[in-house]
Amino acid sequence: METAKKTALYDVHVALGGKIIDFSGWALPVQYEGILQEHEAVRTKAGIFDVSHMGEVDVWGEGAMDFVQNLVTNDIEKIADGQIAYTVMCNPEGGVVDDLLVYRYDSAHFLLVINAANIEKDFEWMKSQSGSFDVRLENRSDSVAEVAIQGPLAQEILQKSVDVNLDDIAFFHFMPEVHIAGETCLISRTGYTGEDGFEVYTRQEGIVAVFHAIMEAGTPLGLKPAGLGARDTLRFEAALPLYGNELSDEISPLEAGLGIFVKLDKKAFIGKEALVAQKEKGLPRKTIGLEIEKGIARHGYPVYDGELCVGHVTTGYQSPTLKRSIALALVDADHAEKGKTLQVQVRKNKIPATVVGKRFYQKNYKK
Amino acid sequence: MNVLQELYYTKDHEWIKVDGTIGYVGITDFAQHALGDIVYVEFPEVDDTLEANDTFGTIESVKAASDLMLPVGGTVVEVNEALEDDPGLVNSDPYENWIIKIEISDPEELKTLLDAKAYEAFCEEEE
Repeated sequence: METAKKTALYDVHVALGGKIIDFSGWALPVQYEGILQEHEAVRTKAGIFDVSHMGEVDVWGEGAMDFVQNLVTNDIEKIADGQIAYTVMCNPEGGVVDDLLVYRYDSAHFLLVINAANIEKDFEWMKSQSGSFDVRLENRSDSVAEVAIQGPLAQEILQKSVDVNLDDIAFFHFMPEVHIAGETCLISRTGYTGEDGFEVYTRQEGIVAVFHAIMEAGTPLGLKPAGLGARDTLRFEAALPLYGNELSDEISPLEAGLGIFVKLDKKAFIGKEALVAQKEKGLPRKTIGLEIEKGIARHGYPVYDGELCVGHVTTGYQSPTLKRSIALALVDADHAEKGKTLQVQVRKNKIPATVVGKRFYQKNYKK
Repeated sequence: MNVLQELYYTKDHEWIKVDGTIGYVGITDFAQHALGDIVYVEFPEVDDTLEANDTFGTIESVKAASDLMLPVGGTVVEVNEALEDDPGLVNSDPYENWIIKIEISDPEELKTLLDAKAYEAFCEEEE
């Protein structure tokens, strides 16, 4: 833990009673009051998360559009300036290097927001793919801080602290110069919980003032600080993938069920040939939902169809919202049919698990 | 942290309360606090005979599964079924909500356990 990096909000977390853990090299709160309370606050009111560990890379230059188009699977030409696309970047084999958000300022400037655990790997990958493009890449991960405010009351709360009308920021759009507590912030209507909400980026030196301003406005309305524990249960219920669980260098976005973010009809991009071939041949594996009879199916537990091991659990929880034991699993495509009964190996026992849809929780986005 | 005087404790943060030849086994306040919200308890079968330090079940918080270790050998006579419907009871009162009830095989084994004072000192070192 001594070696873990602290975000600018570290002392605030400690003062709020946060239970600090090492999350891929970052000292961050897994919870404050309790994961279940924080989860419920986000589903019914609002929660605020420190997500300063996320990585930010700016792409500048005349070749920025072509570079990003080649790097990622989604079609960035189809989004407008001020809009955001969720996407993945693949290796040539079609495995996922990372999933990310692409913020389009204009065709010569993009902001790529990447996972904390992958910052160095991603940045090296981006640089290695930039040779033939007229671009400048800047890794600003160490100077940018970020909080996410999520939940049905997120807009009402955040509106009290900003100098713009948040109705003007549509789903997956952003405004780059909004002021909170005197700090210039980028605000987007994005998140990782399945609820409406915003992500607020600012310089490290300004994030404490921004956090306190939002907390002050939101506490009377039920806003709670929320930790990584609730962040994971919330994103899981909404079937949003986590890199390292649902995604990896060896899992394709098609296998992960992210086909709508893979535009095979756009011109060349890294991994396109492998993904086209995979689609034509039929996917070897599929990501499915499972409802488990009893117990909890955790990440890595093997999944069986009778005697045959057909895959593994990628994430599983006792769903705080649905009060059922559910899981996401990556299994051989031949054993992925909805309604089928598989078995999850939970310690010594094989527990029956029914294949269900992945939409455990219906997302409440404001679109 | 709450520690009850009349119980015996293990370094794995289980407690046992002795009533004649019967023992009630649960997890301590320290343990429930460290685990966080408990969402599932996996019990042994009634009539299972286990030795001291055997795993008698699993307790799961939102984030993780932890083995439950038996303080002394014994035969399971009852499991606390109330925890099936509401495992969070272990958080709200870890000493009232025992997990299993055993017939103790050898009361001599109780001597190997920590008393309240020794357990409290052990927890202070852990923190």
